[in-house]
Amino acid sequence: MSIFLVMLRKELLAQWRSYRLLVVVVVLLIFGLTSPLVARLTPELLKLLPEGETIAGLVPPPTTADAVAQYVKNVSQFGVILALLMTVGAVAQEKERGTAALTLVKPVPRLAFLGAKFAALGLTFAIGIAVAGLAAYYYTWILFDALDAWRWAALNGLMLLFVLVYVALTLFCSAASRSQVLAGGLAIGWAILLSALGAIPALREHLPGQLLSWAAELAVGGSEAAWSALAVSCGLVVAAFVGAWGIFARQELW
Amino acid sequence: MTAIRVEGLRKRFGQVQALDGLTFTVQQGAVFGFLGPNGAGKTTTIRILTGLARPSGGRAWVLGMDVSTARREIARRIGYLPEEPVFYPWMTARELLDHVGRMFGLPGRERRARVNELLDQVGLSQVGGRRIGAFSRGMRQRLGIAQALINRPALLFLDEPMSALDPAGRREVLELLDRLRADCSILMSTHVLSDVERVCDTVGIIARGRMVIEAPREELLARYAAPAFEIEGEPGNEGALAAWAEGLRNARWAMHVAVVGTAVRVVASDVAAAKRELLPSAVAAGLTLARYEIARPSLEDVFLQLVGAGEVA
Repeated sequence: MSIFLVMLRKELLAQWRSYRLLVVVVVLLIFGLTSPLVARLTPELLKLLPEGETIAGLVPPPTTADAVAQYVKNVSQFGVILALLMTVGAVAQEKERGTAALTLVKPVPRLAFLGAKFAALGLTFAIGIAVAGLAAYYYTWILFDALDAWRWAALNGLMLLFVLVYVALTLFCSAASRSQVLAGGLAIGWAILLSALGAIPALREHLPGQLLSWAAELAVGGSEAAWSALAVSCGLVVAAFVGAWGIFARQELW
Repeated sequence: MTAIRVEGLRKRFGQVQALDGLTFTVQQGAVFGFLGPNGAGKTTTIRILTGLARPSGGRAWVLGMDVSTARREIARRIGYLPEEPVFYPWMTARELLDHVGRMFGLPGRERRARVNELLDQVGLSQVGGRRIGAFSRGMRQRLGIAQALINRPALLFLDEPMSALDPAGRREVLELLDRLRADCSILMSTHVLSDVERVCDTVGIIARGRMVIEAPREELLARYAAPAFEIEGEPGNEGALAAWAEGLRNARWAMHVAVVGTAVRVVASDVAAAKRELLPSAVAAGLTLARYEIARPSLEDVFLQLVGAGEVA
């Protein structure tokens, strides 16, 4: 077994034993199940408000596109929050506690150590989004119409890439910092920066957030692709990971 | 071939010069006791030799390989126990050793046999399936020793290996180290000088980042340790004994005076003068003595003499 697989095995075992995998799957599953339901019931919920009948009358009847938009919004938002929480301590905590030193004094390259962490987190989110996607697909089918399965899979793939951008950026912060608190602060800084840049119209279509618009349109038959956002997102993931490795490889461990 | 060769090693942390031209050699097959007061640079040296930190200057070789260019090759052939070993709390002891065995690429059957053998050697067979999070510090220390041995290292770095062990555990680990000396070289940093006296054949004393003295243990004792006089008073005389000992510190022939309970240990620079003056001095102080003897010098005496005097070789 290669050293990368040895480290990946340990990381996956850690995700399982610490219930992180379960937390990600359950949280995303809840939003996968409830998003089409909320879209479907919104008019009924509005009717419960004072003057609700009038407001509900102004709202157009819910459609499949509403269910998809709700799903994309919820899963991406909570995906980012989970990405920050799950990744922030990945390297920083091991450095703080001393387990990184005890591992890296063995014949384990730092690239394998870091790569296994990213791969395990990627797999965790892939499983979480896949389960949420299946649930949302089924509920959308029951409550609205059947979606094209391939387009639905592409939507979830784009959402996974969107979340992986935040996993990679947070891993970079975790590798660069000596403490989890500092890593968390830096990661939140990245998230705010990306959000702020997204407010600039000329940049928005090239940033990871555009993947979500593409995903939502793709699932309901739209064909306007955001290739530049896809390229920038992949570039960010690679750059953040290579940067994390570059910094981590030079660090002294105590 | 030497197990460790260190030449002019330097390490600076900001304004602090942790290592200041450290030079020493550990021969293959030696059990090297690495002694020094807190902050002397023992852990920093071990971190550099194991590849966890980089020197600011100087060079070091481990098993003939340069530590700055052959980290992975060195890592395959060494074992390392940090001062406070920390493991993944969700793993069991058996899982941890299995994981470490995988890191070294041990095949399945050999790995399982080695894990069982090591759990047995460090006295953890009964708790091999228990999560490490529930282990006491002493149990983690034993597990730390086991994981350091999984690859049958040619060189073992032990940073304060006895620090969390009870007396029985210490004896077991000392016996284990004694058995290991046939298969590997050992560098052991410790504050417990009696442990060094028991297992180490070579001793290096470090202070302020420099090697004060490096020599075979017996040679060191013969060369540096002045005879020690032990005077034990009758119980109830502790106050008078302490006051007398305080007065002895001013005697020109007394190099070091220590009070331990009802006994006073005096290391003398001028043995003849000490023999002449010590007993009359005790009688004059009105002490009732229970014991008076000239003791074999201990490594502690040498250590206090060299480090206390700030002598630098």
